[in-house]
Amino acid sequence: MIVGTGRAASRIDPATFEALSLAARRRLLRMHFESGVGHIGGDLSALDVMLHLHHRVMGEDDTFVLSKGHAAGALYVTLWSRGLLSDEDLRSFHADGSRLAGHPVPGWSDAIPVATGSLGHGLPMAAGIALADRYASQPGRVWCLTSDGEWQEGSNWEALIFARHQRLANLTVLVDANGLQAFGRTRDVASMTNLRRRFESFGVPTIEADGHDAAALAAAIDGHEDGLRVVVLRTVKGKGVSFMEDRLEWHYRPLTDDLFQRALRELED
Amino acid sequence: MRDAACSRWIDLFRRRPFAFLTGDLGYDALEPLREVMGDRFINAGLAEQSMVSVAAGLATRGIEAWVYTIGPFGYARACEQIRNDVCHHGLSVRLVCNGGGFGYGTMGPSHHSLEDYGILLTLPDLRVFVPAFDEDVVAAVDRIAERSGPAFLRLGRGEAPDGWTAPPFAPWRRLASGAGPVVVVVGPIVGGLLARINELVPDDRPEIWSLSELPVEDLPAGLLRSIEARDVLLVVEEHVAHGGAGPMIANWLLANGRAPRRYVHLHAHVRPGEAGGSQAHHRRECGLDVDSLLDRIRSARLGR
Repeated sequence: MIVGTGRAASRIDPATFEALSLAARRRLLRMHFESGVGHIGGDLSALDVMLHLHHRVMGEDDTFVLSKGHAAGALYVTLWSRGLLSDEDLRSFHADGSRLAGHPVPGWSDAIPVATGSLGHGLPMAAGIALADRYASQPGRVWCLTSDGEWQEGSNWEALIFARHQRLANLTVLVDANGLQAFGRTRDVASMTNLRRRFESFGVPTIEADGHDAAALAAAIDGHEDGLRVVVLRTVKGKGVSFMEDRLEWHYRPLTDDLFQRALRELED
Repeated sequence: MRDAACSRWIDLFRRRPFAFLTGDLGYDALEPLREVMGDRFINAGLAEQSMVSVAAGLATRGIEAWVYTIGPFGYARACEQIRNDVCHHGLSVRLVCNGGGFGYGTMGPSHHSLEDYGILLTLPDLRVFVPAFDEDVVAAVDRIAERSGPAFLRLGRGEAPDGWTAPPFAPWRRLASGAGPVVVVVGPIVGGLLARINELVPDDRPEIWSLSELPVEDLPAGLLRSIEARDVLLVVEEHVAHGGAGPMIANWLLANGRAPRRYVHLHAHVRPGEAGGSQAHHRRECGLDVDSLLDRIRSARLGR
């Protein structure tokens, strides 16, 4: 198990990033298959931005907060891709006595500074971390990844108001906007369309980007470390696996052996 | 108590900077603290859930964070944030709630803090401080500041009798040594009882203990001897029955084979739709006013 963040962004190029993304997807599916658990769809929508941040953006002074804690699997695989978790670690996903729970547990890794799971907690905690870093004149940036459905939680809007009012220029909010939540589409559950306009109405600069394209991620995220901002990432739940893409049931379903093999074939280089 | 706490926070901040977040409360009380703390004093607005999580985020970076609001706006509205973000991480966030018990009286039940420490004590490693007297507040703030991990400070209004000098703050304090029943009281309500204890005939006058820190982990030897000798114990608290100090003490006594023959728990209750009123009114309605307490003490000694 890791202790430190071990972060020193490797600055890999886009082509290498694509290969990394495929490899990480394969490892993620294996991890889920071996542990027999779901939450795969949201992992696959969030994986690329986590890889991008951890491989191409974040340095030693940066902090990543996963507010959509149900994408813990994607975070574990991202840390594995950085050599911070081992294959043996990933095999303990969801196992009794493992630190690699279905949602992050606290206190075992600097790469996972806060535990999340209940939605609407990560962003206000990230705001507190950003404020603390400002108090201490610490360099670095705090990156907080939320889901889109998570913006139905009032505490997120409270935190956005707080971050805007406190001018937390060292905080970036990322939204994994895959359009699906636990029991419906976000537009059907809560008319959660046009998130960008909603964020901008709170006075927070917001941009949208393809959340799976390496170049688009780079354009939206890299070098924009000059103020509080939101990046709405257009993503696909289950991205990369045809029978999972944009399908609600892959919020929950575990993989059978047949489906696992089929998914692997789709993710070959 | 609020003014005393404010003064102590100023002293503390001058020695060791921390962060203080208020949920838009503290008018006519916390202005001096705001003046001294500068950008470390944050009015987080009407956003208690976020406020607690922000405090937790600060604490992950080693910044001690005090969070101030009216009771239920903190322990009830932000309960999940206290649970997940503060307690599950074992962070040094100090929740301070004003208006303990029926302290906000006529403001109505939305403002009454009657389940605060019962709820909070279900959370891991959280320690509760309930000052009984104004003079306790300085020591309570210091004890919290010295402590690593989550804490809750329940503020109210001191009710010590005129001329009364409180003994130094401690989790347990024997405040009166009578021949009657043993009475354990949580919080300021003990002050009114002390003021009128001489209205009881000498045989009825109770041995009074103040309990100011929770959870109940152990009972003092002197208290145990008295319970054993008198065989009757009353526990008084401005808190609902469930989760209160009464059940904690009773559980300890039963588990350790020290249960008295008679045990009386005098506590607050909430009746949906009941009429409003002052703190004194609500105490009367619950039998927590001093007249009622004296009656219960007399009855307890007589075995009624």
